Amino acid sequence: MNAFGRTNPLWLLLCVLLFSSLAHAVEPDEKLADPALEARARALTAELRCVVCQNQSVDDSDAPLAKDIRVLVRERIMAGDTDEEVIDYIVARYGRFVLLNPPLSGDTVLLWFGPGILLVVGLALAYLYVRRLNRAPVAPQPLSPAEEDAVKRIIEDPRA
Amino acid sequence: MSRYLSLVPLFLLLALAAYFAIGLSTDSRTVKSVLIDKPLPAFDLPKFGADGETFGSESLKGRVSLLNVFASWCITCRVEHPVLVKLTQEKRVAIYGLAWKDKPEELKAWLEELGNPYLAIADDAKGRTAIDLGVTGAPETYVIDKKGRIRFKQVGAIDDYVWRETIEPLVAHLEAEP
Amino acid sequence: MIAEVGLFSLVLAFTLAVAQATVPLYGAAVGDGRLMAFARSSAIGQLLFVAFAFGSLTAAFVVSDFSVSLVAQHSHSAKPLMYKISGVWGNHEGSMLLWVLILAIFGGAVAAFARNLPDTLVARVLAVQGMIGAGFLAFILFTSNPFARLDPAPVNGNGLNPLLQDPGLATHPPFLYLGYVGFSMAFSFAVAALIEGRVDPAWARWVRPWTLAAWAFLTMGIMLGSLWAYYELGWGGWWFWDPVENASLMPWLAGTALLHSAIVVEKRDALKRWTILLAILTFTLSLIGTFLVRSGVISSVHSFASDPARGVFILGLLVATTGGALTLYAIRAPQMKLGNLFAFASRETSLILNNVFLVVTCGAIFIGTFLPLFVQISNGDQLSVGAPVYNFFFVPLAIVLMALMAIGPLLSWKRGNIAAALFRLKVAAVAALGVAAGTLLLQAGWAAIAFAVAAWLLVGSVWVIVERMNLSGGLGAAWARAAGLPRSAWGMVVAHAGVAVCAIGIASMSVWTAETVTLLKAGQAASVAGYEVRLLSVRDEQGPNYTAKVGRFAVSIGGAQIDEMIAEKRVYPNPGSETTEAALRVRPLDVLYVTLGQGHPDGVWTVRMYHHPLVVFIWGGAVIMVLGGLLSLSDRRLRVGAPRRAAA
Repeated sequence: MNAFGRTNPLWLLLCVLLFSSLAHAVEPDEKLADPALEARARALTAELRCVVCQNQSVDDSDAPLAKDIRVLVRERIMAGDTDEEVIDYIVARYGRFVLLNPPLSGDTVLLWFGPGILLVVGLALAYLYVRRLNRAPVAPQPLSPAEEDAVKRIIEDPRA
Repeated sequence: MSRYLSLVPLFLLLALAAYFAIGLSTDSRTVKSVLIDKPLPAFDLPKFGADGETFGSESLKGRVSLLNVFASWCITCRVEHPVLVKLTQEKRVAIYGLAWKDKPEELKAWLEELGNPYLAIADDAKGRTAIDLGVTGAPETYVIDKKGRIRFKQVGAIDDYVWRETIEPLVAHLEAEP
Repeated sequence: MIAEVGLFSLVLAFTLAVAQATVPLYGAAVGDGRLMAFARSSAIGQLLFVAFAFGSLTAAFVVSDFSVSLVAQHSHSAKPLMYKISGVWGNHEGSMLLWVLILAIFGGAVAAFARNLPDTLVARVLAVQGMIGAGFLAFILFTSNPFARLDPAPVNGNGLNPLLQDPGLATHPPFLYLGYVGFSMAFSFAVAALIEGRVDPAWARWVRPWTLAAWAFLTMGIMLGSLWAYYELGWGGWWFWDPVENASLMPWLAGTALLHSAIVVEKRDALKRWTILLAILTFTLSLIGTFLVRSGVISSVHSFASDPARGVFILGLLVATTGGALTLYAIRAPQMKLGNLFAFASRETSLILNNVFLVVTCGAIFIGTFLPLFVQISNGDQLSVGAPVYNFFFVPLAIVLMALMAIGPLLSWKRGNIAAALFRLKVAAVAALGVAAGTLLLQAGWAAIAFAVAAWLLVGSVWVIVERMNLSGGLGAAWARAAGLPRSAWGMVVAHAGVAVCAIGIASMSVWTAETVTLLKAGQAASVAGYEVRLLSVRDEQGPNYTAKVGRFAVSIGGAQIDEMIAEKRVYPNPGSETTEAALRVRPLDVLYVTLGQGHPDGVWTVRMYHHPLVVFIWGGAVIMVLGGLLSLSDRRLRVGAPRRAAA
């Protein structure tokens, strides 16, 4: 089996090949009657990774396991769990790997602070560079005697 | 100053290359279980082939065993199955099954065709216990110690190599534990 | 037979590439004109040999020669001709051959068209191209032979995956490669300049057209991939922050930064070290893109061609190419002059800020893409970085960048006046505030900021032209003035406007997408965003190499039918799989997107309908950016090799 390597989301392809169906994501029978709760469920499952499809969220995935987890999340919500409790419930079973939005911890410091540090360093380097080019005096060179003469002539006789 | 600064990109590249080189020798596809060294999640499911009886996590305590998550719809399970049958025939280890989202009639036909290596099969028709176990796909096999804790998780089929190199030594080690 | 000739041709190309990588370099060092001239002829020769090899493989696909293993694995005699041809690069080996072909085309183009460049520079540029070519040809010959035979030959092939049998995906990889490989020109020019120890405005003018072309191709390639995902995957997603998508976005961001920093070198003879570094970085990111896809080092399902041996080879190539260039850089860069002076408030500073933001965005994506691997190597733990993280960083950085993009072009070189620039942008400011207020009324929430900034950029960009046209002097005169503006100025305005248009589409998709998922029987209807969609019938139909369930839908607004739509679910027997052909009702301002989902008993179907307002703007914006690039490319001053280096 082989496919375009460098193309768009072919992980879907894997799901297709594994499960032979391209009907995507939430089925009507899964949905909660209360739109507010359903919206919460959608938001939560969008942040969970479908462990079968690797790079797809549970909300988007058509894999049977993703469907089970969608149903499970909705059950937990109906049972009165808070968002954190639902997430903790899933993480207790599948680990941090399922979180598409990993929490700050020792090994995600680089992820959450790296871009900020890059920005600060980038701006600082840019500032230093611009300052170096800016600080060097742009003071005009004194005119040569010949130029002085020319200026004098022009001032005295503008028509010349 | 600028001489050293000019070296930074080169060092970054070399660090990156070293990191890639290690990455190439690491398998990033399988999901590790967070349940290692934790007690097997409690479950009590209908026991397949025995009307009204149940089979649960309590039954797995007291001996070293394998809990094999499988299904008749799973192609890799078909590949793995003869290995399990052989292990049971040779009485190497106690193997229990967790039938994942299977239909009883299909499961029955499957076992009749390929043989039944399981001491007992828990019928997880809804797939909820599988989620409790953190199953990502079938087949997966959990090695359970005498106290009922998960000590190892095999993702994908057990073949002769995996058995010989990984699971057999582990089982022997666990047998020696009190 | 043709396969063997193709392979032989590749071997010859490799030999020639090795010669091209060494002889001209020596010639340039000792000043031997004949040895330097060899660069041009060998580049042309390499192009011919690689093109012949590529043609041979294409021929094998077209005539369905299943004794060639690659053809057997990826083609099928029942496939339409177009997809037989696109099947050539629909696999690892063939796509690498395409990569090398494009490299050879760029090399041949330099040899043929860059007539006015100094001989030493041409010799060195082509030598560097020869090195890259030799590396990749070796990679193909030693690890990925596309001409391997299969004995006995099967009666028929496995077929190309049906998801890939699509015009969008047939054209997406070539464009992407034209972009990736095009950046090798910037790289080769940078390395040649480092060898010569000389970077000046003339150099920047020579590099610019190649970079611009590569950038336009890459933009087009990314856009085609996104468009394909949108209509083919069946739920209207257009960007997924998948590692392989990131791999194409990173060189795009770095390449965009390079385009801008090269302007500073060209106009002001400053920012030279940084520009050289960016040229190296951009091509390195293109190589990493290749590396990422070809090795399976990141768990992405894209990495079907996973093969550690290939990965190690590409890693070696990466270290040799970029490591060599960066070593040269470490030696030469400190000797380069700092550049001409300019004030804090100046065009120069604005372009530097542009570079900071683009490169930091690129860095953030890089960290997100590679951190999971890094974590796994360091502590064995697994980590996912998904869309929520990328959006968290990308959106604010992009918004600041867009806000600055409107101001930069209004600042003059050396010493600009920010207050005056802002004053000139008053119309844009009014537009931004108006849009913000308007979108807030439509409940856009935080996206109102994105809409406002996009409006600011769109109006601000166009305003530059309007101002120069000076409408008070009559329309005819204004038009003449506009036409008289340099093409590169038009190019910038158009490309910037394209960014704004794209941003409007993205913001709109993120807040106003409506979705209805429901069960329908023939005759039943459901509604989404004011459209009523009625399922008329579901029928079986037979296609050339598939069977399909064809659902017909009637669309009406307020009871009056306005359109009919047809959505399909196709089953391809070779190889067995299904695709969803969504029904799209595309209008400039919105897209109605209907898919036929699972079938249930009693003729009940899962039907998904989406309303995507302004989604077309996303790809329209990208196309406008490409047009801007092409306009700029057509500028007389940028003609390849036209300008002579000023007498030193």
